[in-house]
Amino acid sequence: MNIPDGLYYTKDHEWAKIENGKVRMGVTDYAQHELGDIVFVDLKPVGAKVNKGDSVGTIESVKAVSEVYTPLPGSIIEANPDLETNPELVNQDCYGKGWMVVIAVISTGEISGLMDAAAYKEYLAKEAK
Amino acid sequence: MSDGTAVRSFPVIMEPLLAELCGEGKNGIAVPSPFDAALGNDIPAHTRMPELPELSEVETVRHFTRLSRLNFGIETGMYPLGSCTMKYNPKISEEIARTIAAVHPADETGRARVLEWLVSLKGIFEEICGMDECCLWPAAGAHGELTGMLVIKQAILKKGEHRTKVLIPDTAHGTNPASCSIAGFVTMNIPSGPDGFLRAADLKDFLDKDVAALMITNPNTLGVFEQEILEIARVLHENGSYLYMDGANLNAVMGIVRPGDVGVDCMHINLHKTFGSPHGGGGPGSGPVLVKKDLAPFLPVPRIARNGSGHLGLKDDFPDSIGMVHSSFGNVAVLLKAYVFCLSLGPQGLKEASIRACLNANYLKSRLSALFDLPYTTPTMHEFVLSDKKQKSSGVSTIDMAKALMEYGFHPPTVYFPLVVQGSIMIEPTESEPLSELKRFVGAMEAIAKKAAAAPDDLHTSPGGMPVKRVDEVWAARNLILTWKDLNPSE
Amino acid sequence: MPFLPTSPEDLKDLLSVIGIEDVEQLFSAIPKEARHKGPLKVEGPLDELTLRRRFQAIPLRAVFLGGGVYHHFIPAVVDSIASRQEFLTAYTPYQPEISQGTLQAMFEFQSMMASLTGMDASNASMYDGATALAEAAIMATRIKDIKRIVISRSTNPAYRFVLKTYLRNNHEVEVVEVPFDPATGRVNAQALEKLVDGNVAFFLQQPNYFGVIEDMETVSRIAAKAGFWGVVVSEAASLGLLKPPGSFGCDVVLGEAQSFGNPANAGGPLLGFFCTRKEHIRRIPGRIVGLTKDTAGNRAFCLTLSTREQHIRREKATSNICTNEGLCALRATIYLSALGPKGLRDVAVQSAAGARTLVSALEKKGIKPVFAGEVFDEFVIPMDTGTFKNIQDSGIACGIPLGPNYPEMKDAVLMTMTEMNTNEDIRCLTELL
Repeated sequence: MNIPDGLYYTKDHEWAKIENGKVRMGVTDYAQHELGDIVFVDLKPVGAKVNKGDSVGTIESVKAVSEVYTPLPGSIIEANPDLETNPELVNQDCYGKGWMVVIAVISTGEISGLMDAAAYKEYLAKEAK
Repeated sequence: MSDGTAVRSFPVIMEPLLAELCGEGKNGIAVPSPFDAALGNDIPAHTRMPELPELSEVETVRHFTRLSRLNFGIETGMYPLGSCTMKYNPKISEEIARTIAAVHPADETGRARVLEWLVSLKGIFEEICGMDECCLWPAAGAHGELTGMLVIKQAILKKGEHRTKVLIPDTAHGTNPASCSIAGFVTMNIPSGPDGFLRAADLKDFLDKDVAALMITNPNTLGVFEQEILEIARVLHENGSYLYMDGANLNAVMGIVRPGDVGVDCMHINLHKTFGSPHGGGGPGSGPVLVKKDLAPFLPVPRIARNGSGHLGLKDDFPDSIGMVHSSFGNVAVLLKAYVFCLSLGPQGLKEASIRACLNANYLKSRLSALFDLPYTTPTMHEFVLSDKKQKSSGVSTIDMAKALMEYGFHPPTVYFPLVVQGSIMIEPTESEPLSELKRFVGAMEAIAKKAAAAPDDLHTSPGGMPVKRVDEVWAARNLILTWKDLNPSE
Repeated sequence: MPFLPTSPEDLKDLLSVIGIEDVEQLFSAIPKEARHKGPLKVEGPLDELTLRRRFQAIPLRAVFLGGGVYHHFIPAVVDSIASRQEFLTAYTPYQPEISQGTLQAMFEFQSMMASLTGMDASNASMYDGATALAEAAIMATRIKDIKRIVISRSTNPAYRFVLKTYLRNNHEVEVVEVPFDPATGRVNAQALEKLVDGNVAFFLQQPNYFGVIEDMETVSRIAAKAGFWGVVVSEAASLGLLKPPGSFGCDVVLGEAQSFGNPANAGGPLLGFFCTRKEHIRRIPGRIVGLTKDTAGNRAFCLTLSTREQHIRREKATSNICTNEGLCALRATIYLSALGPKGLRDVAVQSAAGARTLVSALEKKGIKPVFAGEVFDEFVIPMDTGTFKNIQDSGIACGIPLGPNYPEMKDAVLMTMTEMNTNEDIRCLTELL
């Protein structure tokens, strides 16, 4: 299971990265593996305001749908356009080309409440039991 | 089909689409032409002819006949699909249903005879279910559920109450919460007990004045009888809530338990399951709704009633009714098939059908529980659930085993449902299966278990010997080719 | 006993493998108080001959009936193929490897319906036209911010009633009926203009319940201002002659396709259909078949976009529909294949010509249609209840009285003609007038 350092992780298997005071996010390797082949990604439009815990979109495999939640409040300033035609990028490169949205946040301070790579790894191990 | 060589006589190339077979000027079937066609010329007609393929009659017949041979049907072999009750579809039902083909629903004379039959059928369903009133119009089980929940909603409103929640066990079929949503309720999942049945004590934790109803299936999708149902009904009624029953599993209890006798207020039945009407590749079905008399005023209109001269007609002057749920009288031909089924069996035959459904299921469970994981040891009735736990260790999952069963000439059982069991395999043979077919099924499952242990990779590529190999559902979803035009956008 | 294949020998075998002596032990987990005592009080068993004698064929009468269910010519190939066991008894095609026949036939149904309606895609059927309309309204409220459903009062009354039943517990949306012009029978364009805005979902039946052909050019111009609009087709034969509804820019075309290869069957099963523009495909109800390939690279078909449906999305599904009208859709596919474009055009032309022939015959008796608007295969004539009853008693079902659903037209009757009627039918009727 790929869990890169330098990213923050949520209990719902999203990852978040601070970039120039903004937050880029997507779903983790565990999530894409559980879902299976992704066939469709539906993201909220640029400009949408989101609160902590709101959905920023859904990802669909053939047999399941999953909501993707933002751990921080803000507004969506970028939504990955490649996912419309190539949803499989989430499976192939979930931390890179498979990114989902970029959110302009009021403060990045809250991000420290999330898990780091080591804590997420531990969390996954507990979940598996 | 257990002999692999027979299957190789299928065409290797799939049957072309009609759009690929057609050619100009091929259609030959003459349409009756009693009137002067020129009279239709003043209509704003589309200048182009309708876009349809042109085929000769023989090409039409060959095309669909070849397609039919690519299907598995109940006359081919067993469909052990849990909660679907794929029993034998009697041929006499088909024959008799044809007698109403030419009757128009607005033709009062023709309709009166049909209504006589439907009134008798209502009586039979009310007796089997122990309920007071029946509405035959819903066209499918889910349609019946929606109708039933709308009835309950209306009853609650009439009492001046405001209840928004419906409790649904975690073993419920997906249509249950979907129907509640449309009816305007919010649903709440409640867990089944450790033995697979709902505990009245657990239910009490979820009850408050906002609960409109509990939707139960009995026996449930684990095949387990909800043995605390009498107490569950009592507790619900004390709380002012209703007990709705999804009748999909009625095949286990005809003549044995009547839902109305154990506290059910409202339920639907599935005629394409319990009452032997054919599945038709997806439909038509029929899902009549039955209620206790206090809910009867809220049932849909129209209702069958005798007029002054004793003839049967329809009335819709019922102010408390939820309204209409279908533009006509539901799936009348399906209702007629169910009627013939009931009359053919009679009281003893109906009970015997349920007894043998439970016998056949328990036989399979006894023989299969050695090789496959049995998550619940609770007694089961007409169906039971296994899981892929034992085979998972060699990398074989439920879907692999389900696909492999096709090679032995069986339709796979229900898989990955109910959700409470990981990798679940839900098996329901029904009473229609002779012992020889049950033994053949056990043989196939034993062979698959052996393969899972000895040669698991073989199972990942199953099914073999079918007209097609494993179908790529991911490609379908990513490319969305849904019509001929999508296939050939230039046309 | 019929349909129960287990012999007494088999019974012994079953009991011994299970490890019980009596079938009663199968029910030991059921509390005694719950057990039904005594036999069910139902009739039977009746053997096949007794059943044949009881259900005698119902004698046919001359009928001029339509109003949502139509008598059309069904070629022999339809019954012949649709009664093949492999189609008739097959389960829902969730396992594509053994259901390619059903799946390809449904793909062809979808293709033909999309083509005939002028839309991008279709599902694999709904229960009937009324529930298809109700589902379209619900779909509209989930896609756009809809506060009002506007429906023409000239839409089939049963359809409007079902729509209201489905929406009765949705308090965010009101249903408003737009009146028709009493002279033409068409929707009142001025009234419609006042009702339509971006928060409205608008539906109109074409041809409408009175058989009148709506002025789609005018309607579509007004409807373009709606947040969502759709055309409801109740007499599918009209698709053989009139301009495809999709060519007017609507979001959905839905309704009743029973006219395609399905008999009246005293009211059901019917055949709802639902067609849409590509942009809405993820929001429509019902099963959808898609084309794909298998692992060997051969073409194959499977159900797709299943994540909309109840078995996956549960309470958030686009609809609760599971079982549909699959076999009826197969019949429609065979019918359309057998008739082809010319055959379907002939059905439409003959139905329209038949209506005009009857109108002429009635006019000679001094009876003129109530509405001036051009009709397809149905029309409304004035007829008092006394005359109507006399004709009924003489053995002719001459039409559907409008009074119960249109109180202002209590002495009017909807009459329908199709290629199944004859000049003899017309003669018998006019003799009584």
